[in-house]
Amino acid sequence: MDAIRVEGLTKRYGDVLAVDAIEFGVPPGETVGLLGGNGAGKTTTIALLLGLLIPTAGRIVVLGHDMATDRFAALARMNFSSPYVALPNRLTVAQNLRVYGHLYGVRHLERRILGLAEELDMTSFLHRPAGQLSAGQKTRVSLAKALINHPEVLLLDEPTASLDPDTGDWVRTWLERYRDETGCTILLASHNMAEVERLCSEVLVMKRGRIVDRGSPAALLARYGREDLEEVFLDIARDRRAARAEAPV
Amino acid sequence: MRPSPVRRVWAMMYRHLALYRASWPRLLELAYWPVLQMLIWGFTASFVAARVGTSAGTVAAAALLGGVLLWEVALRSQMGVAISFMEEVWSRNLGHIFVSPIRPWELVAALLGMSVIRMLGGVLPAIGIAYLLYAFNLFALGPILVLFFANLMVMGWWVALGVVSLILRHGAGAEALAWSVLFALTPFAAVFYPVAVLPRVMRAVAFVVPASHVFEGMRAALLHGVVRWDQLAAAILLNAAWTAAAGLLFARQLRQARVRGALLSMGE
Repeated sequence: MDAIRVEGLTKRYGDVLAVDAIEFGVPPGETVGLLGGNGAGKTTTIALLLGLLIPTAGRIVVLGHDMATDRFAALARMNFSSPYVALPNRLTVAQNLRVYGHLYGVRHLERRILGLAEELDMTSFLHRPAGQLSAGQKTRVSLAKALINHPEVLLLDEPTASLDPDTGDWVRTWLERYRDETGCTILLASHNMAEVERLCSEVLVMKRGRIVDRGSPAALLARYGREDLEEVFLDIARDRRAARAEAPV
Repeated sequence: MRPSPVRRVWAMMYRHLALYRASWPRLLELAYWPVLQMLIWGFTASFVAARVGTSAGTVAAAALLGGVLLWEVALRSQMGVAISFMEEVWSRNLGHIFVSPIRPWELVAALLGMSVIRMLGGVLPAIGIAYLLYAFNLFALGPILVLFFANLMVMGWWVALGVVSLILRHGAGAEALAWSVLFALTPFAAVFYPVAVLPRVMRAVAFVVPASHVFEGMRAALLHGVVRWDQLAAAILLNAAWTAAAGLLFARQLRQARVRGALLSMGE
């Protein structure tokens, strides 16, 4: 059974079709990437999966729980990180993690906070207000919040946006290790092609609310005859796939 | 792992209490307006009582001070809920809260808990000042005071739920209501005068405002030493009806916010 199952998912805002009848599944322990440009529908899809948005049509099942009728049971077993949703700036890192630890009913919470601080190299700023941290430090705090409840499903919306290459690489390495050690299922929305290529076993390419292509990074590269996913992305974004398919090889 | 509702409610209260622990200006702000109001109206009442110079003047002064103190209960209760919710909007934290397993009623329970703490932090110092400076003892009203307090708190809460619903509908642009909305009801609440002095149309509005019945009851207790159970019953019934209406409005606006995607985008 898939950890995440999406069937006919549609979200419409008035005349705008933000997500158009998409279907996909994410097997347990896999990392699947949602790839697409701005406005492709990635963040909307993540918000629908989290229950922050009510779909216009379709069905979402996470860890066996239907999100329309049983979302709180699923939410207790999943978590989410995004640089676009902040944590209270005036609370310290430890206080923020305590709030979310209580919300998720984490056992031995203080031990868990110290463990995460150690793992994510946050010990030196654990008692500093979240608003005084650098972008890289905030990303680590956001990850710590997302991991506080040992989630079985992790939704990440552009987790390395606005990070320098070194910090971005550190986050990606850390996510790979976490997934391999815990068997966590990850859905990753990004327009960082290198990140998607490195972390994901399957890629769903979104454009104007629809999944226009899918497959492993290697399969996509082969299908488009390209060297990296960035070129594949540009082919799809600029509708060059048909032209390339017709071009003599 | 089986998260309990009590722990989730505590999580949201801890979030606000931690803010107060770290900031003395926030603590000071709790008592600032109630104390200022008590100083201004207390000296005014003392002056009037001294000029009139009869027992009627003293009783009128007591009714004025009682009105000031009890109205602060409703005001602080309303602001306690609405401003605690606004803190989440200002910090753009609603997205994280609503993807956690907290139920909407648990969030409301946490807001009400914070409202009680904020109200007591503001009103208790004002009650102390009334006693020390003007020899006015609000507790002399007796056990009935508990019902006055409870009714005014509940009125503050359903007004605040209405404000939160408007913020969910219109975003942070509606935040001015968090401070101002109950002041608009003051003329109809009959805090400082009997409902009978109002024009007929205003009397009709005052009739459906629970506070007007509480203050009629307070004046009956202070001036005549009687408990007006009819007024208290009216206040309780009206509060029950308004609370149900505000609860339905909140549930509807929260759902609409999830339809529109407002929980992700709402912020400063």
